[in-house]
Amino acid sequence: MADQVRFELVSPERLELATDVEMVVVPGVEGDFGVLPGHMPLISTIRPGVIAVFRDGKVAERIFVEGGFAEVTPESCTVLAEHAKPVAELDQAKAAQAVQDAKEDVEDAKDDETRQEASKALEVAEARLAAAAEPSPY
Amino acid sequence: MPNLKDLKVRINSVKSTQKITSAMKMVAAAKLRRAQEQAEAARPYAERMERVLGSLAASMAGIEGAPALLAGTGKDQVHLVVVMTSDRGLCGGFNGSIVRGARKHIRDLKSAGKSVKILSVGRKGSDQLRREFAGDMIGTIEDVGKPRLSFEAAEKIASRVRHMFDHGEFDICTVIYNKFKSAISQIVTYQQLIPFSVGGAANENADAQLAQYEYEPDEGAILADLLPRNIGMQVYRALLENAASEQGARMTAMDNATRNAGEMINKLTITYNRTRQANITKELIEIISGAEAV
Repeated sequence: MADQVRFELVSPERLELATDVEMVVVPGVEGDFGVLPGHMPLISTIRPGVIAVFRDGKVAERIFVEGGFAEVTPESCTVLAEHAKPVAELDQAKAAQAVQDAKEDVEDAKDDETRQEASKALEVAEARLAAAAEPSPY
Repeated sequence: MPNLKDLKVRINSVKSTQKITSAMKMVAAAKLRRAQEQAEAARPYAERMERVLGSLAASMAGIEGAPALLAGTGKDQVHLVVVMTSDRGLCGGFNGSIVRGARKHIRDLKSAGKSVKILSVGRKGSDQLRREFAGDMIGTIEDVGKPRLSFEAAEKIASRVRHMFDHGEFDICTVIYNKFKSAISQIVTYQQLIPFSVGGAANENADAQLAQYEYEPDEGAILADLLPRNIGMQVYRALLENAASEQGARMTAMDNATRNAGEMINKLTITYNRTRQANITKELIEIISGAEAV
């Protein structure tokens, strides 16, 4: 249908999701962007965050991704993410623990390289906690 | 004349061997199907990655300041060879053919005056390569596909490779694995991982289509983000192909073994029956000639 956009979420292990949706909001590195039918072609990298899928004027699904990239055409939006999980399956306590651990890792890091890696992990952990804790902003 | 009892024992032992090989064949067939499904599931990701990367790389190639993973270090002195084999044996010529291919590749590199580092994935390959190239081995990774081949496992290998590259420990990285063609045929494949080779990924069609894309943040940044991801993906793909090949090879090998055992059982049974018959005849002759003598 013309008023819908094909949304595909692909991880290396499988095709996670492939549906027709009204709109999908993707957390791009330079800010969230919504994809409606007829969006201009775009390739963007994604920061850790939540992808929101809209159907019937409501958020139908919220999926947490740990980064990846998105390919948008006027008819479709394909997100390639290495790790994807529905927000409902995230465990807040575990996420908080992961943030704690990641913070300690950053403090314990001895050289720049490990610190960089650790802070990247921290970023992911914080985004996951935020996703688990907050209700949908839409 | 062979002893009847010995023959019986022999037949029974071959029979139990046959049972084991036919069970292994069935297990391998089931695992093969799973491995193929997994490889199938990884295809959409790989295809899209390849499409985007192919045209991005083509537009960036040769441009000053392209990421090192694409442009290379400008040298080709030190080669890293990642050899993928299995942890377990009894899979026909599977490991043998990879190791043979790897050996040839390494010898060729060495005779061209390059230095080689070997990273072995899988126990079998490292055992065999260690004999000749003990000094060049930099590590062995075992138990990759346990309990299930996951992307994380591939990512771990990839990050090790990336780490080494970032520290300038090698210039070119090649992966050697068995590509799955069918259960009876696997092809030893050499794939260059670093620097990324554009290859046939970017056909003209994709180019024309991708030319209209907007990039966010920009081409260079996206490429820098994608290339490391791609290495993980390529390693994952190679591991998947290898796992399917291993099970395919094992299935064929066990099928042959089962058939051979069957033939052997037939032959032994014939010998057994002939011997039994001969014994009976002999006893009859003894009785008859005994009776005649009276």
